[in-house]
Amino acid sequence: MSEEFLGYQRAKGKVGIRNKIAIISSVVCVNHIAEQIAKEIENSVAITHPLGCGQFGPDFSYTLRTLVGLGSNPNIYGVIVVGLGCENLTSKLIANNIKRAKKPVEFFNMQDVKGGSKAAVEKGIKIGKMLANEAKELQQEPFDFSNLILGLECGGSDSISGITANPTVGIISDKIIELGGTSILPEFTEWIGTEHLLIQRATNKKVADKIHLTLNNFLENTMKTGIDFRGIQPTPGNIEGGLTTIEEKSLGTIAKAGKAPIMGVLKYSEAPKGKGLWLMIEPGLDVESMTGLAAAGAQAIIMTTGRGSPCGNPVTPVIKICGNPKTCDWMASNIDVDASKIITENKDIKVIADTLWRKLKETCNGGKTKAEILGFEDIAIWRCTAAPFQIFRS
Amino acid sequence: MGIKNEGFILMSPKDNCATALENISKEQEININDKIITINQEIPMGHKFAVKDIHEGDIIKKYGEIIGIATKDIKMGDWIHTHNIRSHYLEVIDK
Repeated sequence: MSEEFLGYQRAKGKVGIRNKIAIISSVVCVNHIAEQIAKEIENSVAITHPLGCGQFGPDFSYTLRTLVGLGSNPNIYGVIVVGLGCENLTSKLIANNIKRAKKPVEFFNMQDVKGGSKAAVEKGIKIGKMLANEAKELQQEPFDFSNLILGLECGGSDSISGITANPTVGIISDKIIELGGTSILPEFTEWIGTEHLLIQRATNKKVADKIHLTLNNFLENTMKTGIDFRGIQPTPGNIEGGLTTIEEKSLGTIAKAGKAPIMGVLKYSEAPKGKGLWLMIEPGLDVESMTGLAAAGAQAIIMTTGRGSPCGNPVTPVIKICGNPKTCDWMASNIDVDASKIITENKDIKVIADTLWRKLKETCNGGKTKAEILGFEDIAIWRCTAAPFQIFRS
Repeated sequence: MGIKNEGFILMSPKDNCATALENISKEQEININDKIITINQEIPMGHKFAVKDIHEGDIIKKYGEIIGIATKDIKMGDWIHTHNIRSHYLEVIDK
């Protein structure tokens, strides 16, 4: 295969495009400790969140699966999990699950370190420096794109996203899949109105039924709480921008997923069970969504943004593509690929797709995205027990 | 006002509407695949216009897919918006 990138070999045949050390807090109480450690370790990221205790049922599983997934992502060389010592989501549980990815994982609780938080930070820095030195030894090697999992995100969409940036991303998603790779489309609330098309693209009846049930259960459960979700879309701003019906809006959204067949529907933060295009159940907040994509193992994310979003992810580089000329101008420091020439210069979508493909390759080779340069390392974990999401028991 | 070849996009050859990529004024003539269409109302950027005559009850397509049903007769060059299109999806799902 002629298309290749320079990545990092991980155990179990996985390939990373970054070689970071992750400092994960098991519970909100030790976020500051994880952040203090990460500050002192070269090429490291702190993965912190407001959760980890007082959680039960699906919420507990979602937080656990997400933190384990982030640590297991092949962009991460090694992990330190810092716990407090009395929380219900323990550092040991997270670390033991990440160990299945056969990478260096260390864990400890602050309450087990004599000297309080200061000593815990020192302990973490000591371990972290060791991991960072090991990581530096690793050389990049060429890999083909069958090794890549690409996340397909959109945020701050406007009425032109669906005719510019989104179909451009669709071309790239199809290309990755043609090259034997994988892509994931999250944000199920934005599939509503197009389920008949997604169902037609399902590779078998089980997948088709799952797509149908996911959306049907969601709509029925929201109806029970007195909310007709379909009536909310498209929004007044969408309509002003030219969108007319819910299906028109959703068609623009799912354009990011190109034309490939759908292999299955993943739970939030669940890794794909094979190559090809996968859907992920996730409600549509960008940072939650990108956290779930990174936890599912995506090494790169492409995010289309019309009105302009600065967000990024600590584990997975996020490439921004924008079709809105004003946003491309005003937010040039945040946008990686300018798709507005589709409008301003009548450029063919395929020409912009070539530019996006080059940017993706550059990013896979280690080139930093705007969100990485600016330091956007955002984490949010979906709390699914909030009504009406209770249907998604894990 | 000459005949315009750009400033709009037809997402699929199956579509009966195109999307304006800039504000298009009334009476502007545009050339879509060698067919000359006269725009009947001002079309704001991001909005759609009919590239053929559409009858009440007809399917309206964008991306080669159904985006709704015409609620009245729509002439070639007419602005297509919430006043003359309704969701086909909601109609089917509510049955």
